[in-house]
Amino acid sequence: MAAQARRRSLVLRRIVATPAPDPGAPNLEAAVLPETGRAPGGGWRRHLGSLAFLTPAGIWLLVIVGYPLIGTIRDSFYNNDSTKLVGLGNYKTLFSTADILVTFRNNVIWVIVFPFLVTFVGLLFAVLTERVRWATAFKTIIFMPIAFSATASALVWNSIMSIDPHVGMLNASIETVDDWFNAPGLYPVNTSAGQTVASLAATGLRPGPGATLESTATVAPGQTLKLGMIGISPATLQLVGAEKAVVPPAASGAVSGVVWRDFSSSHPAVRGVVFADEDGIAGLHLSLLSSNGSSVASTVTDADGAFRFSSLSTGSYRVEAVANNFASGFTGIYWLSGTQSLTPTSGLSQTAQALLSVPLVDLSMITAYLWIWAGFAMVIIGAGLAALNREVLEAARIDGATEWQTFRRVTMPMLAPVLIVVLVTMIINVLKIFDIIVNMAPSVSQANTLAVAMYDFGYASSPSANGLASAIAVILFILVVPVIYINLRRIR
Amino acid sequence: MSVAEAAGLAIPVRRRRLSIHFRPSRLVLNVVLVLVAIFWLVPTISLTVISFRPEGLFGISGWWTVLTAPSQLTIQNYETLLSTGFATGGILDSLVTTAAITVPATILVTVLSSLAAYSLVFGRWRGRTAVFLVIVALLVVPVQVALIPVAQLYDAFGNLTGLKLFGSLPGVIIFHVAFGLPFGVFLMRNFYTGIPKDLLEAGRIDGAGEWTLFRRVVMPLGLPAAASLAIFQFIWVWNDLLVGLVFLGGNPHHTLTIFLFSQTRTLAANYWVISTGAMISIVVPLAIFFSFQRYFVRGVLAGAVK
Repeated sequence: MAAQARRRSLVLRRIVATPAPDPGAPNLEAAVLPETGRAPGGGWRRHLGSLAFLTPAGIWLLVIVGYPLIGTIRDSFYNNDSTKLVGLGNYKTLFSTADILVTFRNNVIWVIVFPFLVTFVGLLFAVLTERVRWATAFKTIIFMPIAFSATASALVWNSIMSIDPHVGMLNASIETVDDWFNAPGLYPVNTSAGQTVASLAATGLRPGPGATLESTATVAPGQTLKLGMIGISPATLQLVGAEKAVVPPAASGAVSGVVWRDFSSSHPAVRGVVFADEDGIAGLHLSLLSSNGSSVASTVTDADGAFRFSSLSTGSYRVEAVANNFASGFTGIYWLSGTQSLTPTSGLSQTAQALLSVPLVDLSMITAYLWIWAGFAMVIIGAGLAALNREVLEAARIDGATEWQTFRRVTMPMLAPVLIVVLVTMIINVLKIFDIIVNMAPSVSQANTLAVAMYDFGYASSPSANGLASAIAVILFILVVPVIYINLRRIR
Repeated sequence: MSVAEAAGLAIPVRRRRLSIHFRPSRLVLNVVLVLVAIFWLVPTISLTVISFRPEGLFGISGWWTVLTAPSQLTIQNYETLLSTGFATGGILDSLVTTAAITVPATILVTVLSSLAAYSLVFGRWRGRTAVFLVIVALLVVPVQVALIPVAQLYDAFGNLTGLKLFGSLPGVIIFHVAFGLPFGVFLMRNFYTGIPKDLLEAGRIDGAGEWTLFRRVVMPLGLPAAASLAIFQFIWVWNDLLVGLVFLGGNPHHTLTIFLFSQTRTLAANYWVISTGAMISIVVPLAIFFSFQRYFVRGVLAGAVK
């Protein structure tokens, strides 16, 4: 059809390819024609050909973008099954529902943090790579993730940020470093999981200062102590090579005793008796406290749980199991936690807490997203840098400006338009962020963004809430209107 | 064929002081950049290694143990995943579905944008500038504004004609094309404005029609831009999740991203399926990225407003 039209226009053009002006042509047309250098004449039909070229794209945009935009705005004023006009009701609901407000908060966090971060990193990379010879390789490496789907990237980062140090590289790295400074004890107590050292005391023991255990009774040299502990798994004891508990004989001038697992499967209810099927707590670091509480000697229990402090002067002593035994070491950071806030929010009202907390998962996802988009920012800013007037930079340097001064006072101002383009592009990108959230944040979390909420309302909920979903879409649209304005001004 | 070249960064910026005298700061800079590059590569490497490790080792030892025990690598995951062949909903079926959406959407956007841009640049009808400004305005319109009404349109169209668009590949393609067009027209128009109008005038005087002019003069000259647009659009559509999720709703065939997404949503997420599937899903865009890096970067630079 279009081809026919064009053929017709060709015929027409041949017919009218005479300098004689067409009396039917509108005057306005005549005003346009001279600049094209073509003889006037032929009327509007001559332009049908090229206008026909626009038609498919034009109709496509009208039907799939233009009309729906109006439809969405209309739907946002209707109830959820689009049968009843509710005015601003949907918007009121959005701005008064706590969950949605959290969604807004997440969008705000993304918009404030991400665009500036990615622009800064892109600028940094673009400037630094100007000074190395392998810039091309570096840029390719940084740029490559942009070819991956955000879904695949999110899944990769999911595993990197896994809480399990056998899966999550991040936690594994932290664990390795942490173990140098803060090695876990043989009997770690995970206090963050609600366990306490005090709960390990069974017989003759009580919680001491700090995360220690100490003997309830004081002893004099020549006496023995039986210190029973519970809550330590047989697997742990097997791992440390514990053997059957033995009560050592008393020795003169020495405090001796046994630390054992005071739980017998043959006598599950009896405490305080060393049964034959009970193991010693091996490798436990003990310290002998004098009556003023200071440590005078230290030892480690044998495989059978026995210990002895020899050559003691008379006095009364306590035996202490030192805190190191129970150090939990690094227990993993829950990078994808939607509830752990980075800002202190205690003491605030529940709504204020919800609005002012910054969940860790947001920053974790921002890191993953930075990995994807830093290359984009770097390439655009790099192109901007390359286009700068080198003479101006040289002049600044000849005038004695340092590298930093040149950068700060000459390069940056000249580069500002490019930086703004990157910032604006990233703001738009982040406003609609969807893929990374649904693939990375735990399904029930405080990490949702507007686009995710819109999808949930429109498609993942049953029955779908078209009114609310449309209202969110309209809000997203309103948020990009300033950018439309900026773009239009720039193009003009 | 590199990012730097394409971005016009091939201009060497050598500061004499730097290249002649050794400066410790330069060593530090190189070391820092090497570390950054390694950091940037780690996620890709980890994905690759995990996909080649036995399923049973996941959660037992980290993928990095491969550095000391490379013998643990196996292609077993790929064999298992590919063994189901083209069964509906499987990885290969998803690959085909993704291609069946991406290729037509890319071709349509490239062709329609080129035609429209030709009309906007070389046509002489009034209101071209206004139309172009409208298209520029559409550049940043979020897809969200169209999801629900277009779904309703598809339903209405289905009731009217009996052709099902919602839940079908054409439905997804139509939507992708619509949201690819503003950028396509924008990019192509910007390129075409650089073609001297005299070139066309000569053709016109010789009696060539618009189609001939487009086909013989403008299109060949515009090929680099069309290539940039096609590659950009291809990767964009290939990697989409949201549009597929909405408009393939209820369809047993999935795109690759939907395949991965639904794996993460199952209760017992099989990470070996996820990582192997993710590897398969990035092969095509990665191949395109490395083969046509220059065009891709041009597309990115031109599309900085999208």
